[in-house]
Order: sequence, then structure tokens, then C-alpha cells
Amino acid sequence: MGRLTVKGLSKVYGESSAAGSVTALQNVSFEVPDNQFCSILGHSGCGKTTLLNIAAGFEKPTSGSVMVDGEPIRTPGWQNTMIFQDYALFPWASVADNIAFGLEMKNMPRHKRLDTTQYFIGLVGLKGFENKYPHQLSGGMRQRVAIARALAVRPQLLLMDEPFAALDAQNRAFMQDELVRIWQREPKTVMLVTHSIDEAIKLSDCIAVMTRRPGRVKEFIQVELPRPRDEDDAAYLKLKRKLRDLIHDEMEEQ
Amino acid sequence: MSESETPIQETRINLAPAERTSPSISVRLLRLFSSLPNLGLLIFLIIAWQLASTVWLPSIDPHMAVLMPAPTLIAKTAAAMIASGELFYHLTASLKREAMAFLFSAVAIPLGIAMGWWRLVYNQVQPIMEILRPIPPLAWIPLSILWFGLGDEQNEFIIFLGMFFPILVNTIVGVKNIEPNLVRAARSLGAPEYKVLGRVVFKGALPQIITGVRIGLGVGWMALVAAELVGANSGLGFLINDARSMLRTDVIVVGMLTIGLIGLLIDIAIRMISRRLLPWSLALGR
Ligand SMILES: Nc1ncnc2c1ncn2[C@@H]1O[C@H](COP(=O)(O)OP(=O)(O)O)[C@@H](O)[C@H]1O
Ligand SMILES: [Mg+2]
Repeated sequence: MGRLTVKGLSKVYGESSAAGSVTALQNVSFEVPDNQFCSILGHSGCGKTTLLNIAAGFEKPTSGSVMVDGEPIRTPGWQNTMIFQDYALFPWASVADNIAFGLEMKNMPRHKRLDTTQYFIGLVGLKGFENKYPHQLSGGMRQRVAIARALAVRPQLLLMDEPFAALDAQNRAFMQDELVRIWQREPKTVMLVTHSIDEAIKLSDCIAVMTRRPGRVKEFIQVELPRPRDEDDAAYLKLKRKLRDLIHDEMEEQ
Repeated sequence: MSESETPIQETRINLAPAERTSPSISVRLLRLFSSLPNLGLLIFLIIAWQLASTVWLPSIDPHMAVLMPAPTLIAKTAAAMIASGELFYHLTASLKREAMAFLFSAVAIPLGIAMGWWRLVYNQVQPIMEILRPIPPLAWIPLSILWFGLGDEQNEFIIFLGMFFPILVNTIVGVKNIEPNLVRAARSLGAPEYKVLGRVVFKGALPQIITGVRIGLGVGWMALVAAELVGANSGLGFLINDARSMLRTDVIVVGMLTIGLIGLLIDIAIRMISRRLLPWSLALGR
């Protein structure tokens, strides 16, 4: 369960009337049905991270709200977990302990915790690495730990801030496929932030294209292409051209 | 159910490579031997010292030879003091004071965490800290003698002062330097505030806290000797001061060498413990 509703959301950093205040988001509204994968596509500085931080409960909106199943999000918690661009794995904890952290916070009994941890280690393909520490892993593997850690608490909403930006091109494409595979096994409502058109098309059921600052939703697009998505497919290319034009307009308006 | 069985087995298997990474005894011996040539100058100086004390100084003035006891005499005295238990007696007296003072100064860890975490606590405590911190622990000796009298408490108080601020300052820095996303990640995974403090802030600051403890124990060890010089009737500081009144320079040097050696051993011990406890922090280059 996790229908995501963003309603009339605005965020102003600093005193709204004062000089130097920044309007990061202005009247953003859209809705993502349960278990759908939604991408937020826009240039850097358009307020994507701000939107995620509000959805994660890290920041308060100036007006409007982000709701899951009609309940406004006010504080961080396991219902709406975030996967960070730098992974934010606990360096002092092994892979298994990182993944088990949220389960411990939920006071899950030990045997159930071990089972659940083991299941998610398997799901993200980290069998055999349970006792490794984050610094012993490659970027892609750290990403897997972060995904497993966030999914293990079984959130209603999974938030990801440019999760693959730190990976090289080959790893990025591979991890995108992996994310889709994992998400299909563990369906979740996902809100993923990206500035890559291809990433948005490859992953999403719907895409919110943002304008430049102040961030508004320029267009909300449903992606009807069958999975796995074929980059050479005519419909894929058509959508890609459309998104590129939308983003390009933004450049012109500068 | 079979899923719950597998992790336990794999845990055992995976331990092996981690243990293999620490160098074997033969490798360590090899490293020790290969570093021997670096001791050339030291050995030369000891030989020169020996000759100066036994040949050169007595030929000028026999009284001066007393001021510079020969290495062989020092070794003999050390052996006698170890055999009689005298050295051990003073050493344990000093170590006991150091340990007691450390127990008290460990208060700096929770205080430092509170100061690093809550701005209000920091703002209130910081002015007091800035006033007290530049006062050398030794400047407290006269007042502390009036407060506690001569004896263990007074000594421990001086040592405590030497340890407290390095631990406090490093703990504050450690807490303030924690990656903010780690705290956010913990909250996002449902950690309540006290668990964020205990499981993330404390652990994240631990490498820096241990650095503070290392520095604190070092400063405390120096303060200890000074405190014992003035106000004790046991301990290594007392030992060397007492030997002065009897012109036993050999005992003084044995005491001095013991003070240096134990200080070094304490430092090495802390470093070994932290390497064992925090393998991840070395990898982070701290
Ligand atoms: N904590 C903050 N205080 C003030 N301004 C901020 C803060 N966070 C973000 N901003 C500003 O808000 C705008 C949107 O930022 P952000 O949400 O990070 O965009 P994006 O993630 O799309 O690059 C930027 O102009 C940024 O400078
Ligand atoms: Mg951003």
C-alpha cells in the first residue's frame, strides 16, 4: 500500500519575502498509484532533491504536502525510506548489519531479522558478502546494500536521489536493470530523481518533468512501453525525443 | 527454514580471509630484522656513553662520573630493582593513578557527544571550557594540594585535568564531523533519537574519540609524573625525585626510561585496540 500524492507543494528557503530567499518548489502536484515507479526528471537546481527531502520527512514544506495513502508525511521513518546518492552505508557495520539496522529499529525478533536480512541479501545478489564492510565493496555493490537496506524495512514509499550518478556508464546500465528486476520482485511505490532521460524511460511507469527554478511540474507523462524497455524501439525513441524537447525548451528559456 | 541455517555457516567461512590479512609471526620477525640497521646510531651512542662514563669522565673528575651513570650500571640497577619488586611497586602505583583518573575523565565522552550534538549545550559549556582549558594541569597543583591534601586523590585530580580536555575536544570534533547523510539514513530507517545518538553518532565519532583518549592518556602520563614529583610517596615520579636526594643517578635514569617506555606501551596498546575494534576507520584514512 502506498499511493503517493504530492499536492500544492511549495518550498521556499529563507524568509519568503526577504532578499536571498530561494523558491525551490512552486505548487507541485502529481499523483503516483500504488506500486508504480515514478521518475522526477529535471536540470540540476530545479528542486528535485528538495522534493525528495520533503517526501522523506527531512524537511518541512512551506505549503502543501506529500501524502502516502492520504496521510501527510511529517517525520522520517521506515514507511518512507531514502536511498542516498553516496549510499550512506554505516562504515562500521558489515553488509548484513547494515541491512538489519532498520529491522532492529522495528524491534523485529532476532530469528526473523536474520531470515529477512538473508532474503534481501539474496535478492540483491550479495550472497557471500554478508560479513564484508562497505569499504571492501565496489560502488555497484554498495548500491546493492543500500537498496537492500531500504527495502528490508518494507516501506510504503522508496525514495532515490540520483542513485546511479556515481557509477561508471557500464555499471549504471547494469544497476538500472538490476533495480527493475528487484523492484518487480518487491513491488513498491518509488520516486526516483534523475537528470538522465534514458534512465527515466528505462525505469519508470510515469515521469514528472520539472521546469527550471522555481521547480514546477511541466508535464506528467505515463510511460506505456512494455518491459524490458528496448532502446531501439520506435515508441521509445519517440518518447525520448519528446522528453528531450521538453527539457530543451527549458534551456532556451534561460 | 533452510534459509536461516545458511547465514550461520557462511559466517564461519567468511571469517577466515579477514583473519589472514593480519601479518604472520614470521613476517613480523622479518620486518623486525630488516629494521635493525636503523638502530646503528643508537647503538653507537650507547657505546660512546659507556666509554664517556667509565673512561673519560672519571679521568677528569670522579665526582662527575656519578652524574652520568654508565649503561651497564643502569642495566644492573634496573635488574636489581625489578628483582626486588621496587620498580614494579612504583609502576603499579603510577598506573593505578592513571587508570583512576581515566575512569573519571571518561565523563568527557558523553559530555563531548552532548556538546557536539546539541547546540544549546555547546553554547553553554563552551565558554567555561575555553576559560579552563588553557590552564596547564600543573598550575592546579597548589590549589589541589589544599583541596585534597597530599596523596592519591590530589595526584589523580591533576592527571584527570590532563586527560579531560583532549578527550572532550576530540569527541566534540568527532561528533561534528559525522557525515550528515548517515544520521539521515538512520532516521529514515526508523531510528528514534536516542538510537541515532547511540548507534550512529557515537560510533561515527569513535575513531576521533579514541584519538582523544590516546592524546589524553599521553598528557595524563606527563601530568602524573609531575604530580608525583610534588605530592606523593610512591610512583615513578616519586621514585626519581627520591633518588635525587640520595644522588642515585642510576635509579633516576632507570625511572626515566621506565616512564618513557610505559608511555610508549600505553600508546601502542591503544593503537592496537583501535585497529582491532575499528578496522573500518583505518580504511577511511583517519
Ligand atoms: N538548505 C538549503 N538552503 C537554501 N537553499 C537551498 C537549500 N537546499 C537547496 N537550496 C536551493 O534550492 C534549489 C533547488 O535545490 P535542489 O533541490 O538541491 O535541486 P536539484 O536536486 O534538482 O539539483 C537550488 O537553487 C538550491 O540552491
Ligand atoms: Mg539534487
